[in-house]
Amino acid sequence: MDIHEYQAKKILSGFGVTIPRGGIAYSPENAENKAREIGGLKWVVKAQIHSGARGKAGGIIVCNSALEVAQATDKLLGKKLVTNQTGPEGKIVNRVYIEEATDIKKELYLGLVFDRSSECIMVVASTEGGMSVEEISKEKPESIIRSKIEVAVGMQKFQAREIAFGLGIKPELISRTAEAIIGCYRAFSELDATMVEVNPLVISEQEQILALDCKMSFDNNALFRRNQVSELRDKTQENTNEVYASDRGLNYVSLNGNIGNIINGAGLAMASMDMIKLAGGEPANFLDVGGGATPEKIVKAFKLILMDEKVKVILVNIFAGINRCDWVAEGIIQALQKIEVNMPLVIRLAGTNVEKGNKILKESKISYIEANTLEDAANKAVKALKELTK
Amino acid sequence: MTILIDEKTKIIVQGFTGKIGSFHAEEMIKYGTNIVGGVTPGKGGQTHLGLPVFNTVKEAVKNTGASASVLFVPPAFAADSAMEAADAGIKTCVAITDGIPSHDMIKIKRYMKRYSKSEKMTLIGPNCAGVISPGKSLLGIMPGHIYKQGKVGIIGRSGTLGYEAAQQLKNLGIGISTSVGIGGDPINGSSFKDIIEKFEADKNTEAVLMIGEIGGPQEVAAGKFAKENMKKPVIAYIAGLTAPKGRVMGHAGAIVSAYGESAIEKVELLKECGVIISKNPSVMGETVKSALNSKT
Repeated sequence: MDIHEYQAKKILSGFGVTIPRGGIAYSPENAENKAREIGGLKWVVKAQIHSGARGKAGGIIVCNSALEVAQATDKLLGKKLVTNQTGPEGKIVNRVYIEEATDIKKELYLGLVFDRSSECIMVVASTEGGMSVEEISKEKPESIIRSKIEVAVGMQKFQAREIAFGLGIKPELISRTAEAIIGCYRAFSELDATMVEVNPLVISEQEQILALDCKMSFDNNALFRRNQVSELRDKTQENTNEVYASDRGLNYVSLNGNIGNIINGAGLAMASMDMIKLAGGEPANFLDVGGGATPEKIVKAFKLILMDEKVKVILVNIFAGINRCDWVAEGIIQALQKIEVNMPLVIRLAGTNVEKGNKILKESKISYIEANTLEDAANKAVKALKELTK
Repeated sequence: MTILIDEKTKIIVQGFTGKIGSFHAEEMIKYGTNIVGGVTPGKGGQTHLGLPVFNTVKEAVKNTGASASVLFVPPAFAADSAMEAADAGIKTCVAITDGIPSHDMIKIKRYMKRYSKSEKMTLIGPNCAGVISPGKSLLGIMPGHIYKQGKVGIIGRSGTLGYEAAQQLKNLGIGISTSVGIGGDPINGSSFKDIIEKFEADKNTEAVLMIGEIGGPQEVAAGKFAKENMKKPVIAYIAGLTAPKGRVMGHAGAIVSAYGESAIEKVELLKECGVIISKNPSVMGETVKSALNSKT
């Protein structure tokens, strides 16, 4: 789960990391008041969307008066921002963050992630803040400092100091920088985060160490014990169909093709999508209804697929394990009695009681194309699509 | 021979009396698995499915001589149960539970470092279908009847894609020594390399089929191990050709975040290691067959 910049900063501030003064606003009047409250002569209005690279998309506006703050807010609210991370549909701005402007002396990069090879928390730092970590590793790989943190004992002061010295911080600022790094580490480890990225972490002209921008993601599997984090979820930043799916216990990712998929199991779903691609088609989605593929889940899956206007053909691929194909077939028939499907439907069943399952489908009144193997299913789905567009 | 489990392995079920634990325990017993009891804290002394229930894993091990366990404990308590198994001297623990936080998985793995190599438990999973040595023992949730007994070892992340492979092999008359589901999570108990190493050492396994997917470094690490240490042919399929970068594809671990983690990159890196690539998921069986044929 991702959260907004202002939420991430508030969390960091709770762990002793200094952040510029700021406040959230939902209207221009609101923003103008916030700017006056914060004080000073210069502010930054920052669109709050779940994406980085907002500056290039016009989502960050520097203002020299409270009136300008109001105007900038008016310009941003309700707008869809398209960045290189949002996809072409962009993300809607429903709130802006008003922050005092910072006089930047030096921009640094600080990121924390899980390292899957060493199974530790990896801290990545660089003197080249402001660029994305991908750009840094391409253009200035020599500037990258990595430090592995053993989770059982946590980050030690010397590790944070080493990173700070490695960044070329001058001696007077070392302990403050180390505190900021440890604060980020604690936020990561104590809140079940999967990513904390402060980019940039800046040294201001006043020699403060400030988190100027921050992104955080959290482990969905741990949200049950992180109420204060789950509350921060903003569904307006997620794909509507994906929200619908996750609320109903389905694993769904929206893609750009036109063959809708209903599959049980994540690996089999990815494999079926590969077969569609190899057969010359493009999947409209990834959808895993779970190993069990219960009738309830199948009904929900059909509803979800039909919400996607791109879908022209539906492919159902269920490998029945402990459950049985005859039972899955009944589920599909039940689903099709409740939902009208006006497009070609390819069904491939495999596993336990496959003959019985196929017989039930054949004897029912549903109109579908039977497939036997993964390859057969993908080929038939692509063929059906081509016939439609002929 | 097989790896990890056979017909003699004494097994206990952790989370025995729960709905899911009971259902699968019955299925495993039907398959012929040597289940000797179970653990549910607070229900010790009761009998369930005709078998004794214990409060702690230690008691269960002491009274039954169990050396393996299968875990159906809910995600919030699963890490605790896995560590309890390790501490009680269980040698192989298969965690079926889906949804264990990554931070908890790191904790379990760190906890297990206290044991010497000979005493250390092999943790399989979590979020996996389990382990099956066809005809001998089933420690998990897979449908036993699609697995034919034989000489190919399977390691995979996904449950249903593993079934697909087993069925393709069965249709070609090829059997399996042991099939191991290592699960779809980013941090897991045993890696592809950990299991491939066991297959290389197993006399009865003649070839290994590795069913991987996008995300993480494990498939390539196993490929490198195979290049340097293995005589047996290794066949691999990597799922997720169409997966966009940075998106989680169902399995929490299936996300491309660095170079070498996409399906195409993994395939290239595995080829360099001499691994035979199954070019698509519907020819996994045939690719294994031709590898076996060219071997003899």
